[in-house]
Amino acid sequence: MSKDKTLGETLQERGISRRSFLKFCATTASMMALPPTMIPVIAATLEKLRRPSVIWLSFQECTGCTESLTRSHSATIEELIFDTISLDYHHTLQAAAGTAAEHAREEAMKENHGSYILVVDGSIPGENNGYSTIAGISNKDMLLDVAAGAAAIVAIGSCAAFGGIPKADPNPTGAVSVSDLVKDKPIVNVPGCPPIPAVITGVLVQFLTFGLPELDQLGRPAAFYGKSIHDRCYRRPFYDKGLFADSFDDEGAKKGWCLFKLGCKGPTTYNACAVTKWNDGTSFPIEAGHPCLGCSEPDFWDAGSFYKALSIPTGDIGKTAVYAGTAGLVAGAALGASLRARKQSAVKNHERVTIDDLDQES
Amino acid sequence: MTDTEFLLWVRGPAFNVATFILCAGLVIRVLEIFLLGRKANLAEARGSAAAGGLRTMLRRFIPDAGSFERSGFTVVSGYIFHIGLFIVIFLFVPHILVFESATGLSWPGLPSNIIDATNVVTMIALLAVLIHRIKDPVMRMLSEFNDYLVWFVTILPLITGYLAFHRIGLSAAMLIGLHILSVELLMILFPFTKLSHAFTLWMARWYNGAIAGYKGVQS
Repeated sequence: MSKDKTLGETLQERGISRRSFLKFCATTASMMALPPTMIPVIAATLEKLRRPSVIWLSFQECTGCTESLTRSHSATIEELIFDTISLDYHHTLQAAAGTAAEHAREEAMKENHGSYILVVDGSIPGENNGYSTIAGISNKDMLLDVAAGAAAIVAIGSCAAFGGIPKADPNPTGAVSVSDLVKDKPIVNVPGCPPIPAVITGVLVQFLTFGLPELDQLGRPAAFYGKSIHDRCYRRPFYDKGLFADSFDDEGAKKGWCLFKLGCKGPTTYNACAVTKWNDGTSFPIEAGHPCLGCSEPDFWDAGSFYKALSIPTGDIGKTAVYAGTAGLVAGAALGASLRARKQSAVKNHERVTIDDLDQES
Repeated sequence: MTDTEFLLWVRGPAFNVATFILCAGLVIRVLEIFLLGRKANLAEARGSAAAGGLRTMLRRFIPDAGSFERSGFTVVSGYIFHIGLFIVIFLFVPHILVFESATGLSWPGLPSNIIDATNVVTMIALLAVLIHRIKDPVMRMLSEFNDYLVWFVTILPLITGYLAFHRIGLSAAMLIGLHILSVELLMILFPFTKLSHAFTLWMARWYNGAIAGYKGVQS
């Protein structure tokens, strides 16, 4: 497939109908909460696009993000969009290996310097560069080298965006996120463990169509991460009515009531799961009866138990209260004894006024 | 510190510290009062001190006609915000879970929109109380810094709770964190300010009622 062809031309060659293409554009527009009038704009922009070069670097990661993307059951046209982007380097997906693979990366960097998109999944070891290397190059060196010529960086998954599971306590590799190391390039964080496939492609389409998307304070595209899971959860009415599942197999769980008491992190988690869903829109974790783990938030692995309600203190408050009560008894008894002594001393030293005293004064 | 780390801190170490100060402080304050002791009453009892004490503890919930006529606004607004605080603190399910985690005791909660509406009414009542305190010349003269501080730490958790429930302005984790932090401030100041009346009030009522009961008169 030639890089010089536009996306429109490529689609025509592959026999993809305009109807299917517009359907994809409409889905993307709806995911980004854009008005229908924007659908032709997305279509026109995408059709005219020449295949931008994409370099995908995988560092300390589990390949879950790539698995999420490739196992997408959603419209195959999304995969095509990805085909249509010139994915010049990706460990897992590329046929080349060893020197040839690295050569492909260097070529792509040289040919498209200043215009390629860098996609990163996985965190970067900060303690010792030897913890993770590719072709003898440390993750940090490779990231900084490739980032230098990139137009923008998309950090896919919670590891690349926030450090993720490698950064979890005690963080043996001193893992850091992409934004901890790269400061001079626009970075779009697409967190999730893994992120929703349609959100990965949606962010790329949004970036190609409108440029850098509007980001929240954590660098996430507001179109997909603008609202909490809780606010868009179909179980929210049960929360509002005060109807909760108390265990995974009680009557409340069977009736599909709110999972807040079982530790759901939906109220503090911003993602599109409740709307976009997974497996071709089949369901999402809460719909399957499991509380949200909050995987698209920083430090989700260390944010208290997955199964403890958000409002509950993480420590043993009952024990603290007993210790405090004991300490209070000791301190209170000491204070009480001192006050009693003062009182007795005051009584003892009280000078009584007699009638003679009064007579003397008068 | 990320918003998640902040939330974790207020749910963890900060809540432990606040709980310790609240519990130890209350025990100290109550012991301080009890250990002062009272002179033995040598008079012959004409009635039951216990019955008088218990009756007064309950009877004082009903304002007498005179105080209602003299300061109806204080009575009504006081009742509204006290009942509102009780509903918001003890009948919101996420709050009940906190009490359950500390004591093992649990009870049914109310729907969250009723709690939300009660919260708004309680905040309005507290604002009215403040305006009354500032506008009334006698109240203003009697008020000192501590009275305004107590008012502030009481309304703050209601405001942060409202913002957290509706997720206004900041991330949800930060808003919930700020709400819990404002409660911790309340917990820390509770034993050492007029807020401790929530505990000492029962002792005072009992004492007044018991004296009257012992003498065989109604309190």
